[in-house]
Amino acid sequence: MGTEPVGPRGGPSPRLAIVGAGPAGLAAALAAAGRGVHVTVIDSAEAPGGQFYRQPAAALGARRPQALHHQWRTWRRLRDGLERHIAAGNITHLPEHHVWCVERRSDGTPGQRPSAATDRFTVHALLGPGQEEPVEVRADAVVLATGGYEKVLPFPGWTLPGVVTAGGAQAMLKGGLVVSGRTAVVAGTGPLLLPVATGLAAAGVRVAALVESADPKALVRRAGTLAGRVDKLAEGAGYAVELLRRRVRTLVRHTVVEAHGTDRLEAVTVAALDAEGRVRPGSERRIPCDTLAVGHGMVPHTDLAESLGCRVDADGMSVAVDDEQRTDVPGVWAAGEATGIGGAALSLAEGHVAGRSAAARLRGREPDPREWAAAAASRTRLREFFAALDTVYVPPAHWAEQVTDDTVVCRCEEVTAGAVREAVGVLGAGDIRTVKLLTRAGMGWCQGRMCGPAVAGLAGCAEAVTRRPFARPVPLGVLARAGETGEPGRAPVESGEPGGLPVETEGRGGPAVK
Amino acid sequence: MVGAACALYAARAGLDVTVVDRGPVAGGTTGAGEGNLLVSDKEPGPELELALLSNRLWTELASEPGLGTAFEYDPKGGLVVASTPEGLAALETFAAGQRTAGVAAETVTAGQLQELEPELAPGLVGGVYYPQDAQVMPTLAAAHLVRASGARLLTGRTVTGVLRSPDGAVRGVRTDRGEIHAPAVVNAAGTWGGEVAALAGVHLPVLPRRGFVLVTEPLPPLVRHKVYAADYVADVASDSAALQTSPVVEGTAAGPVLIGASRERVGFDRSFSLPVVRALAAGATRLFPFLERVRAMRTYVGFRPYMPDHLPAIGPDPRVPGLFHACGHEGAGIGLATGTGQLIAQVLGGRAPDLDLTPFRPDRFAVHEEAAG
Repeated sequence: MGTEPVGPRGGPSPRLAIVGAGPAGLAAALAAAGRGVHVTVIDSAEAPGGQFYRQPAAALGARRPQALHHQWRTWRRLRDGLERHIAAGNITHLPEHHVWCVERRSDGTPGQRPSAATDRFTVHALLGPGQEEPVEVRADAVVLATGGYEKVLPFPGWTLPGVVTAGGAQAMLKGGLVVSGRTAVVAGTGPLLLPVATGLAAAGVRVAALVESADPKALVRRAGTLAGRVDKLAEGAGYAVELLRRRVRTLVRHTVVEAHGTDRLEAVTVAALDAEGRVRPGSERRIPCDTLAVGHGMVPHTDLAESLGCRVDADGMSVAVDDEQRTDVPGVWAAGEATGIGGAALSLAEGHVAGRSAAARLRGREPDPREWAAAAASRTRLREFFAALDTVYVPPAHWAEQVTDDTVVCRCEEVTAGAVREAVGVLGAGDIRTVKLLTRAGMGWCQGRMCGPAVAGLAGCAEAVTRRPFARPVPLGVLARAGETGEPGRAPVESGEPGGLPVETEGRGGPAVK
Repeated sequence: MVGAACALYAARAGLDVTVVDRGPVAGGTTGAGEGNLLVSDKEPGPELELALLSNRLWTELASEPGLGTAFEYDPKGGLVVASTPEGLAALETFAAGQRTAGVAAETVTAGQLQELEPELAPGLVGGVYYPQDAQVMPTLAAAHLVRASGARLLTGRTVTGVLRSPDGAVRGVRTDRGEIHAPAVVNAAGTWGGEVAALAGVHLPVLPRRGFVLVTEPLPPLVRHKVYAADYVADVASDSAALQTSPVVEGTAAGPVLIGASRERVGFDRSFSLPVVRALAAGATRLFPFLERVRAMRTYVGFRPYMPDHLPAIGPDPRVPGLFHACGHEGAGIGLATGTGQLIAQVLGGRAPDLDLTPFRPDRFAVHEEAAG
């Protein structure tokens, strides 16, 4: 199956659904919408921008939201382009739509519901904060720009109120403009810690320490790779100057070994790491604080891609794509953090390539990569840059040794590190799935998104690509009627069939119940 | 699960046991099952006899200190419901046959249905209650039975060959990490049992029959029994390769409600099928309307080891001295594991088995029959 031209000549434009309205999704939307394709952008947030360009709620009346963002001009360009295309009818933006599954119909299978050739994908979403009302968007092709989420590794005391994720702290700064505490420690590893620390400091929080477990000096050894990224180095240098100006103490090759407090966070113990990544005995010191923002990097959101059957690389847990950002499933593109963590600029470049490629192929044209040469060049440089960062910003090799048996690892199901260790040592688990089945770690509300890396680390087994056919929990009543729901502004059932067929006779995989 | 039970009963019979698995404990169909210990879905015959034996053994194991709690044994009982008078009549005839075979089966009126399961949909005409039906958490059961057996457990180790002495008798297995010597080898490879049999040069037609299970968010105990519609029995016994779904709904000790059961023969295809889980959700919400608003958290897929006549292969393989089979239990492997383990331990020790093993003979399939199956 390819991406043949669809629809009769002079008929409606081919339809492209883009999941995610962050940098990648918006770049893809703008690249495709100007080129004869109707784009529907489906996003869970109230406003476009994703995590990176998260906007303060309008009601808060922030006067200078750009103070919290760099690349404000880029964002303005995206926002204005989006508004223009929405006004022109080229883009439909569906905010507060929580996608739980993207379904691909393999046309021509016996028992298949008859559908137009243009009806290849259905994006199933739940509407609004309640996530109960179903919405379905039909499309000829899909761009998955689902972003990533934070990785946080456990340590004793990490479940205390006052301990937040680094990204969570940043989201609070960008979105709510509220600051949760007065004295903060920022800890973990990765380039995200710098803007979090400077952002908190700029918002008037006393940042007692920035605790980075890696040694960023190692980046110097990769100077060749980094030389091409003068802007990124300048960005880093800018943060360093800002940290100095705000008198933020930076402790590299240090880690938080414990968070203290009875009802909420009162202090943290940090310690130095040796060359092996083990805590140096005697180096512990206590830092009073009421907020700890902690993060250990990002993980791509791959659920939708995985259940569509796209190849997901276990190394990096990212959706595999070709030079055009196509996955190995025809009609499915992926861009941004979902294909590997690389930040907003890389997401923009990938999104642009995906949008151009999808638009050309949906119109039956073989795309010419020269059309996006600039974006492709930027993509190459940024991927090299982030590959270099990835080799430096890794959690300490022996972090799991600091996790006591009574530390809760899976917060949804309240599974302790001791239970995980018992499953491996006593009951014969050798992989993350068996640990899950024996302990329930990862079976709860977040489906192991939070605890997956931690459980793998504690169990001493490889992280595996987890199958989550539902990207978010879906009411059974919605699931039972999936495929019968209409799109916003469209007839409930599009394929010319009478609506409300009893479920028994309508199953696409053949007669459901005999 | 079956391998774990064989290990337990063989070790208790005084044998020195090594368990080898290419994956972790419960890595195959066991980890993808619901943990049903059912007599209700079986018609009188050898499988039901095995189920009744297994049921007794499960009850005994569950009463051993710590074990029942460890694998979440729940003698919850099964409730089969009918939506039409004809369906109920057929169900009652089925139950009458089961009673003569020793199954406890109580006819339940429409009014009593609501007492047993207050959340059931109105309009059902009646059903049959099976107090012997029970449930375990299958992964925990397998892990704890292996542990209780004291057997040597070698996981992550793939059997690559069956060692034979010059006279043809089995003398152990070759694995990707060395040989293991033993005068008897039990093939408890479940859906992959045909592959292990092939390593010994014998044919055993075990085929995968795919099933999805839907798992809801944790709930207070609202579904008290294993509840299913009468057409489930027909689907279990069916030979069709096409998709069949019949609603099977039950709560678990941990809170989530499990929803089955789909059956289709599509090889080892693990890909997610929205139409299948949609049919499961539709069936479950018809039985229990309150589930409409309950969220499905996840779904998982497993492959039942299906044999052409729906009976497992249990016992010595006359074609290879020293080779025993204990696989092909289709969707009933957890429930039938204990009986299978006991029977295997008995024949390994040269004792007379509790049940006649003739219907389970591993060499009962002639090649021409398999082509038809």
